[in-house]
Amino acid sequence: MFEFLAKRLATIVPTLVFVSMLIFGLQQLLPGDPAKILAGEEQDPTVIAYLHRKLHLDEPLPLRYAYWIGGVFKGDLGDSVRTQQPVLQLIAQKLPVTLELALLAMAIALAIGIPAGIVSAAGRGTVWDAAANAFALWGLSTPNFWLGILMILLFSVQLGWLPASGYVSPFEDLVANLAAMIMPAFVLGNAIAAVLMRHTRSAMLQVLSADYVRTARAKGLNERTVVLKHALRNALMPIITLGALELGALLSGAVLTEQVFTIPGFGKLIVDSVFNRDYSVVQGVVLVTATAYITLNLLADLAYFAVSPRLRH
Amino acid sequence: MSAVLRSPHLPARSAPAGSWRRSWQRLRRRRGALAGLVVVLAFVVLAVFAPWLAPQDPIATNWGALRQAPSAAHWFGTDEIGRDVFSRVVWGTRASLLAGVASVSISLLFGVPIGLAAGFLGGVVDALISRLTDAFLACPFLILAIALAAFLGPSLTNAMIAIGVSATPVFVRLTRAAVLGVKVEDYIEAARAVGNPPLRIALRHVLPNIAAPLIVQATLAIAAAVIAEASLSFLGLGQQPPAPSWGSMLNSAKNYVDNAPWMAIWPGLAIFGLVLSFNLLGDGLRDALDPRQR
Repeated sequence: MFEFLAKRLATIVPTLVFVSMLIFGLQQLLPGDPAKILAGEEQDPTVIAYLHRKLHLDEPLPLRYAYWIGGVFKGDLGDSVRTQQPVLQLIAQKLPVTLELALLAMAIALAIGIPAGIVSAAGRGTVWDAAANAFALWGLSTPNFWLGILMILLFSVQLGWLPASGYVSPFEDLVANLAAMIMPAFVLGNAIAAVLMRHTRSAMLQVLSADYVRTARAKGLNERTVVLKHALRNALMPIITLGALELGALLSGAVLTEQVFTIPGFGKLIVDSVFNRDYSVVQGVVLVTATAYITLNLLADLAYFAVSPRLRH
Repeated sequence: MSAVLRSPHLPARSAPAGSWRRSWQRLRRRRGALAGLVVVLAFVVLAVFAPWLAPQDPIATNWGALRQAPSAAHWFGTDEIGRDVFSRVVWGTRASLLAGVASVSISLLFGVPIGLAAGFLGGVVDALISRLTDAFLACPFLILAIALAAFLGPSLTNAMIAIGVSATPVFVRLTRAAVLGVKVEDYIEAARAVGNPPLRIALRHVLPNIAAPLIVQATLAIAAAVIAEASLSFLGLGQQPPAPSWGSMLNSAKNYVDNAPWMAIWPGLAIFGLVLSFNLLGDGLRDALDPRQR
């Protein structure tokens, strides 16, 4: 157990170092003097000189990285050029909104993807299987911002059931919050559901051909018990581990969904920062998402390890 | 399916030409994949012959025909400044196909050699490349592409570079894994024993044998890259106005959903159609070329 943990952690450290270098390196892609770009349109020489000092732009690259990463360790991701707020504070403000959207989307994805995968594997070759596969293909091929626009067209413009935009905090008005979040959550969950359905299908197919499933059937158990109790329980873990990998897709998708439904979350923050040329915010957002992704993967691995006795020995 | 499982992969190794023909026969039997191929080809025709197929200039504005519903004169209607939506969708095919193919070419160009090096050389090189790949993969694909496009500056070329670079690690990983699988085979051992230099072994003996999974992945990656380009253009980071692209058309369309829904429906349908076709083709190719992945 400890050996596995140690090995797993040993791969994470270099990965995190590379991630930080990668994100720091993005700045090098800016053409010309970053201070001149950050200084905005006025190009005030004192501002440029100040930025040079503040960002250590006259120092060699490795030293600048050292300053930057030192700040990151202290929780200092720099300040927003636009609002002068610390980047970390900005992210902390927007994160809960995206988190709610992501959790709702994941719930929808699980509620659709896993049953669809089970039905499709249990009824392999039937109409249900074909329908589930068609759904997966649709989910993977629909750009979610388009689906969002179509849903606004149907549910907001035509039927008038749901608001097209206008985020409300769940602490102010939970019903209004859910009304505003249900469409984006569905849009975001749709694509993840497709991926989960495919994972569930292949995991279930593998398990359903295992010996113990044959034994369970031979005992005379009905098919429902065999599929749901014996097979699903064993197929679920790989599904969950693979599902954890979908966090990246969830965050990527959130950027677009938040843009379509004007939700003031994480995704909106990165897009707005890109257009405001607020580069430290962009870097901060990428760093936080990557770290979250690495951490979640580690947790998924540990969970997998904890529940599968074969791996423990 | 059973035929696929039964076909042994040993002869495929010794007679690649025959194996490709067999793969084509397997692909031909899959209606979904064939339909995908036909639609992809139709889009290629649309892109190549756009100047002749589009009835109107895609960037010519017409202030007398703002947001007109589809009609005989404008099959898909007109947009907020009177441009013909049909002509813009036809021309937009170019940006989407170009972005899909160019960015995946970038990924292959970098990913395959790096993956070959990691798998073939092993040791420190492999460890270094693998950790670097992990680092790239830890950044969500679109967020990394947005960040890259932001720092490079918004344009279609930079969007393609950003998407290509962001998708590279997948190909590194796939190539590496395939190389590790192939490396231990007898025929590689034999090639080594005869005294072939490592580079020759990698290029002449390993690469042809790992082509199948790479082709499958590349096809599916084009589908993802088309969506990614549309996404970046939708956010304003790809094709710049007034040049037509499906993503940027949807960007302006979202402001007029209530009174000009056709502006949103057609470009979206085009993205969906192209991406679906590449996905169908990729799934079919996987079954035909790489039965073991199934």
